[in-house]
Amino acid sequence: MTGELGQLALCLALALSLVQAFAGFTGASRGNVRVMAMGRGAALGSFVFIALAFFTLMFAYVTSDFSVQVVAENSHTAKPLIYKISGVWGNHEGSMILWLLILGVYSAAIAMTQPTDNTANAELGSRALGVQALIAIAFLVFVLLTSDPFGRLYPPPFEGNGLNPLLQDPGLAFHPPLLYLGYVGLSAAFSFAAAALVDKRNDAAWVRRARPFAIAAWTALTLGIAAGSWWAYYTLGWGGFWFWDPVENASLMPWLVATALIHSMMATERTGAFKSWTLLLAITAFSFSLIGTFLVRSGVLNSVHSFANDPRRGLFILMILFVAITAPLTLFAWRAPKLSPGAAFDLASRETGILLNNLLLTAAAATILTGTLYPLVLDAAEGIKISVGPPYFSATVVPMFALLAVLMPLGPIFMWRRTDWRASLYKLRFAFAAAMAAMLLTLAILRPDSVLGLLAVTLGVWLIGGSVSDIARRAGSFRKLRHLPASAWTSALAHAGLGVVALGVVGATSWKSEAIQVLSPGQTMNVGGYALRLDATEQVQGPNYTADRAAITVMSNGRIITVVHPEKRSYPVEQMVTSQSSIRTTVLSDLYVVLGDSREGGGWVVRAYVNPMAPFIWLGAVVMAFAGFIALGARLAAKLRAARAGAVTASAAAE
Amino acid sequence: MKALAALIAVFFFVAQLAPGPAWWAGPQPEEDTYVVPLADPVLEARAKALQRELRCLVCQGQSIDESNAPLAADLRRLIRQQIQGGQSDNDIKSFLVARYGAFVLMKPPVRDDTFFLWFGPAMLVLVGVGVIGVIVARSRRRLGNDEESDLKLDVPEST
Repeated sequence: MTGELGQLALCLALALSLVQAFAGFTGASRGNVRVMAMGRGAALGSFVFIALAFFTLMFAYVTSDFSVQVVAENSHTAKPLIYKISGVWGNHEGSMILWLLILGVYSAAIAMTQPTDNTANAELGSRALGVQALIAIAFLVFVLLTSDPFGRLYPPPFEGNGLNPLLQDPGLAFHPPLLYLGYVGLSAAFSFAAAALVDKRNDAAWVRRARPFAIAAWTALTLGIAAGSWWAYYTLGWGGFWFWDPVENASLMPWLVATALIHSMMATERTGAFKSWTLLLAITAFSFSLIGTFLVRSGVLNSVHSFANDPRRGLFILMILFVAITAPLTLFAWRAPKLSPGAAFDLASRETGILLNNLLLTAAAATILTGTLYPLVLDAAEGIKISVGPPYFSATVVPMFALLAVLMPLGPIFMWRRTDWRASLYKLRFAFAAAMAAMLLTLAILRPDSVLGLLAVTLGVWLIGGSVSDIARRAGSFRKLRHLPASAWTSALAHAGLGVVALGVVGATSWKSEAIQVLSPGQTMNVGGYALRLDATEQVQGPNYTADRAAITVMSNGRIITVVHPEKRSYPVEQMVTSQSSIRTTVLSDLYVVLGDSREGGGWVVRAYVNPMAPFIWLGAVVMAFAGFIALGARLAAKLRAARAGAVTASAAAE
Repeated sequence: MKALAALIAVFFFVAQLAPGPAWWAGPQPEEDTYVVPLADPVLEARAKALQRELRCLVCQGQSIDESNAPLAADLRRLIRQQIQGGQSDNDIKSFLVARYGAFVLMKPPVRDDTFFLWFGPAMLVLVGVGVIGVIVARSRRRLGNDEESDLKLDVPEST
């Protein structure tokens, strides 16, 4: 029964999306309040039905209903509950339902923040809902035709195939939902941009509506990428956290464009500058999301991360991609020349900084796309197989990031339209001094063997120093810190956060120590200032696995610090062996211990790594996301204040 | 009968090369993938660096440094043998490329057919800087006109 209920819910969602599209567009063009209200209602209704489908699917997993094919293929009765729940999106079909759910969340949010009159603002939102509906229709048809999760399996098996043990991890509960809240959320900015292109009145007004959605999506995407990176780090057993894997790139590219978008939106909202660039970026950001969806699910790319799929699905998404990119771009080409330019600005100004910022970010995204697709294109065109791996991206994209990092502290300090650049640079003198000091210290004490590592440290300190001096200068005293506007904090925290990430990355790559040794119980190995002694190993039983568990004592300078317990788990159902690494973190560095194979004669291979500053990578991302939360919170607070003030004046007028 | 046996053998061989489960092909059924490190730490460091530049040919995009596949372990042993035999890094890379093609190198070759791959990004940035130059020049011209008509630049500093 649940399968059919879910199927019906999807069909109803599709029907309501059709209504939403029709009502959204016609209501706006006629200025008809009732039809626009129908569009809003349809958006909410469509969301409710997609949510119903989603929870129906979850119910099937939780009750281990193996008559539903995807549940049989991906679940097992002995699987822990949290993985029954999060396993809903651990495969292609289920994750498409999550995709649609998040799209519905954003559509509902647009509907609920819609004015209910027939002003230009209301018409803009109505058309935006129409565009959201078109996207939903395209993907609902895709799911119903090629990726229906509610297909039945008859006769139902007694037991399912289980979930890949690598996915049986809390990371699965967080990483995909956050990621989808991010890059599916970019659809909201896309929809508002497309809506604005149709209606001339909304040249810059759409930015005000779309900006909170763009910031929300960016924040979620930042956290989603960080969560994925951290998950890979502790699960894959060798301390790597970024591999320039095609699917990772698929999430990074929208993030880069979204970052450019929120900066460009800032300029457009402030001085009306870059209207066409902001429109283009909004369209491009979601286009990159769709490209990513295509790359991950079509099977064209070789990745540890991709869903295995048939080409029919790839072709379908490609068609959606084609329409979603060419239609708005055509609109843009038609309308862009008619957009009025914003306030004029000088060479030394924040606007120029934003232009450079956008250039570097989009060039980086374009380069990553080139590198990711090149092997495919070359293979298709000439049958030659090459690999484009991390060395390529380090050589091309990292210099762009470095250049960005140099320019970033200047942004918040440069004024709009015209700035005295000498005075501005002078304001950053402490940050510069700190960066130089860091560089010299690194050279002297750590003697790095790579220029890149040195550069990363210098830039990391430059970024953090720039933010600190910006806040210090604006506040002037500790007391005044509380009264700084939110915007000062958002830029400072976001830029500093990136600096923290840079320091984490350089520590974890350039200064990591690693040791691999065969240890018998009682033997000790040394790594990065720690001594590790294998005490004993034992067999333990988990809910759906058996494991070899080692007790390894960690010592430093003769003192015992802790005992770690890395495991090697064997999952009988899925026939896979995984390593559960033990990470002991002191926030400033990670000690990472992995239990390898057992050797004849009673010894075990033990791999240990010391990754200095690795936690900074994810802490920095959290700081950046926190900046996003502040930005959203500030807007919300301002809205509430305005509403309360409006209520006060209304009641005052009534008296 | 022999043909059938040969066919089955080929099938199994090819099946080994096929990609694993749909998701991560990381930790795989553990065979002996422990590679004894070289005694000389300088040579061992060379081997480690080289490992990161070579692709595991049966994995989904991992280097032989990261992969647990038996083939990756074999390649790790092979490069250590060759390093101890006195081969340079380039010799070893050429040896592997001759055997497996440019595919085995993580860094794509700089050739005619990878021209856009390597030089595209820089060209894009240069073009972009040019475009920005034009935009800024146009804006400055407008600014000059605005100033002539005495418009004030009164946009305050904080966003």
